[in-house]
Amino acid sequence: MQTMDLRINTNLAQTILTGFIRSETNRVGFSKVVLGLSGGIDSALACYLAAEALGPENVLAIRNPYKTSSPESLEHAQLVVDATGVQVKTIEITGMVDALASQIPEMGKLRLGNAMARSRMIVWFDQSAEFNGLVLGTGNKTEILLGYSTIYGDSAHALNPIGDLYKTQVRQLAKAMDVPNAILEKAPSADLWLGQTDEGELGFSYEEVDKLLFLLVDQRYTPEECVAAGFKRNFVEGVLERVRRNHFKRVMPPIAKLSNRSVGHDFLYLRDWGT
Amino acid sequence: MKLNLAMAQIDTKLGVPKDNLEKHLAYVKDAKGADLLIFPELSLTGYVLQDLVPSVVARPSADDPLFKELLNASKTMDLIVGFVEEDARHRFFNSSAYLSKGEVLHVHRKVYLPTYGMFDEGRYFAWGDAVRAFDTRFGRVGMLICEDFWHASPPYLLWLDGADLLYFISVSPSRGLNNEDTLESARWVEHVGQAYASLFTSFVANTNRVGYEDGLNFWGGATAYNPNGELIAKGPYFDEAITFAELDLDELHRTRSRLPLLRDERTGLVERELTRILQEKGRAF
Repeated sequence: MQTMDLRINTNLAQTILTGFIRSETNRVGFSKVVLGLSGGIDSALACYLAAEALGPENVLAIRNPYKTSSPESLEHAQLVVDATGVQVKTIEITGMVDALASQIPEMGKLRLGNAMARSRMIVWFDQSAEFNGLVLGTGNKTEILLGYSTIYGDSAHALNPIGDLYKTQVRQLAKAMDVPNAILEKAPSADLWLGQTDEGELGFSYEEVDKLLFLLVDQRYTPEECVAAGFKRNFVEGVLERVRRNHFKRVMPPIAKLSNRSVGHDFLYLRDWGT
Repeated sequence: MKLNLAMAQIDTKLGVPKDNLEKHLAYVKDAKGADLLIFPELSLTGYVLQDLVPSVVARPSADDPLFKELLNASKTMDLIVGFVEEDARHRFFNSSAYLSKGEVLHVHRKVYLPTYGMFDEGRYFAWGDAVRAFDTRFGRVGMLICEDFWHASPPYLLWLDGADLLYFISVSPSRGLNNEDTLESARWVEHVGQAYASLFTSFVANTNRVGYEDGLNFWGGATAYNPNGELIAKGPYFDEAITFAELDLDELHRTRSRLPLLRDERTGLVERELTRILQEKGRAF
């Protein structure tokens, strides 16, 4: 069905996204970016795009393993570094995370995972100051819509080139840019605990949910029309509820309005104001 | 007669008219030999202005610091520029001006302000209330701004008002990426431009800007079509460029000899039927 065709012209995507990275970096007086390189496909693609946009010498990839992180993640990140020629630093977060975790015995794996994501964010923004580069976001459209991220953790960045690509489109563009097969083919994982996979945790496959989100969001289908198009009703309703419940992660926190002109309400300027 | 047209698909600085003016003047130098140089919509200000609108205004007259320089430059070639116009009663318009030999020949105020989806122009601008053709040294011209030509009626009115040269300017955000070679937004603009040239047996030229504003990209791709609906010039996608096109104005004679669509247009019938439709439908339109 034409309406569920998520394929993209990868040349056009590459041109627009590399131009975006260049424009949004240079116009605010920067020429470099830093990004967390997890070994997964999203940050790999962002790294390839940044290396092409700014030159590999202007990209700092940071690997932040925790003691339980899979060694494979480090190796896969290295494949990206070797292929793109970007600069790389490895800064462990075990000490940072455990300094907190050791004081809170009841901290479950979800909170521990969030603490890891936020510790990585601290490292990126610190390295951002040293390297004089903006922090590049690596979240895709699927996880942004589903809210599958840690607020102020992996969601914290200065600009995001891949946030309007669904996961399956990330795969398509990554393949077109020659991201190594080992990364293209492995099961997506946040690698916050052993054996964690995105699809296991979410309860559905990216391929399935991307088609549904594409109908709901891009094609403006009603939930009923999605059911008529062949999706199970409880899947449609569950995904919609997830999108709604996590909307707070996609917007700036509300400011209580008192004056005649208030930030967040009627003080309206683009970030690119004056550039 | 031939008209050497130049279309400048520039990037702009958001809310900094002075810097954008400098770029306009540099492009005038680069387009040396052109009879007419066209800049995109809001070429002096940038597009997503929001609360910047009142602070980037210009008045199309010689006592305005921006137009003083542009009018001076128009002594070497005719110019079309996009700007924010403030009228005497302090309404703000998304306008375009045609400058020639140091004079303002015409100002068009955008009639259709897109206010849906990613667009919010109706929040900041007053809408223009006229669609008028005007005479230039190369023939009678109609100017429209972006959403104006997504509607069929403004080009049609300009055609009936005598325009043989339709100059469109736009800031079209890239969107609708799919598996095709052309973005949906580019495909649409190219289709309608070519359709108007064919339907009205007229010249159509569209100048669209490039660059980024926050996450929005603008795709450029200036186009010019002759009265046969044939593409005669096309600028690159995404990059700043000047695209030149030689308009052979004698083509109007040849095409309309073969295809007398203008001669046969039943304007009296249009008027009668339109009056009837509006009376019957009342406020629906």
